[in-house]
Amino acid sequence: MVQFRLPKNSRMTTGKTWPKPEGAGKAVRKFQIYRWNPDDGANPRVDTYFVDTDDCGPMVLDALIYIKTKIDPTLTFRRSCREGICGSCAMNIDGINTLACIYGMDEIKGDVKIYPLPHMPVVKDLIPDLTHFYAQHASIMPWLETKTNRPAKEWKQSIEDREKLDGLYECVMCASCSTSCPSYWWNGDKYLGPAALLHAYRWIIDSRDEATGERLDDLEDPFKLYRCHTIMNCTKTCPKGLNPAKAIAEIKKMMVERAV
Amino acid sequence: MRYLTARKRAEGLGAAHTGTEHHWYMTVSAVGLALIVPLFLFFFGRALGGTHDEVMATFSHPAMAILTLLVIFVGLQHFRKGAQTMIEDYARGMTRKVLIIAVTVLSYGLIATGVFAVLKIAL
Repeated sequence: MVQFRLPKNSRMTTGKTWPKPEGAGKAVRKFQIYRWNPDDGANPRVDTYFVDTDDCGPMVLDALIYIKTKIDPTLTFRRSCREGICGSCAMNIDGINTLACIYGMDEIKGDVKIYPLPHMPVVKDLIPDLTHFYAQHASIMPWLETKTNRPAKEWKQSIEDREKLDGLYECVMCASCSTSCPSYWWNGDKYLGPAALLHAYRWIIDSRDEATGERLDDLEDPFKLYRCHTIMNCTKTCPKGLNPAKAIAEIKKMMVERAV
Repeated sequence: MRYLTARKRAEGLGAAHTGTEHHWYMTVSAVGLALIVPLFLFFFGRALGGTHDEVMATFSHPAMAILTLLVIFVGLQHFRKGAQTMIEDYARGMTRKVLIIAVTVLSYGLIATGVFAVLKIAL
């Protein structure tokens, strides 16, 4: 059954307020950040930090690195490429699932509130456990499936067919879309979610792939695919500007096409 | 605690190979209802405030009776499948099954009652 209240040991508490950086001018920004450590047995809390924006870069990730380097080295988060390619630093910033590295502090009014991606188990602080999310991605067979003997050179594809993959291949699997989807919150164990379905469509629509029927067979399920109710949170939140809702709608159209 | 691999959890019991019929029915019935419900409301509204005999005359007209039967049947089938989706969204396990059965019984009960009432008036 859907849960409307967090379990007792998951309810938020007010955490520590860290001192303002010494010598900082007026350019100080207040950050409220979710903290949880599995080792101390305490409830999650929200710590308050002050960042001297004159002393760090313009992005939210820059501020997080500033906090970790200069204020609190225990703050834990994932990051790698710092330019929106790896998808590591996905988190909930100012109520929006996005990538901290490409989200500017100037886009946020007031205090900057940062939480881990919603409705996922937390490993520590801002790090969600994405094991199930990745396994769902693997389950849609994200690779080229062929039955014809391998050609001497390469699998050819027309320019028009290649263009069909635009808006799909760019997905960096940051999980912002899936974790913004209420259907994924309530039924994430069975519903594949927008990210996995976008990737599924990327391979279904690939002119070189010869497993279209099998791929559609594997998706035809009231939960795996049809839990999508076109809420569109996925499309609204995607930090790469992709449209997973449209990809899911296209899969549904193909399902109808082969049945009716 | 079960020692299952992440892939095993993600695959679950596999695909049920169903759902497209449900999706297609909801799409078609939504379009159908968008056409017949305003029409029904128009004639129903005109009958409002009339005498008993006038209302009976309206609903005993073959076109109105057929329209009413269509609204009852298609509308409640749409409701049944929509409610099932909603239950599947929010309920789990035995609760889910019991609620789906309850909605199915309620829908078919209302359809039978409505069809009986219309036929009694029209025939």
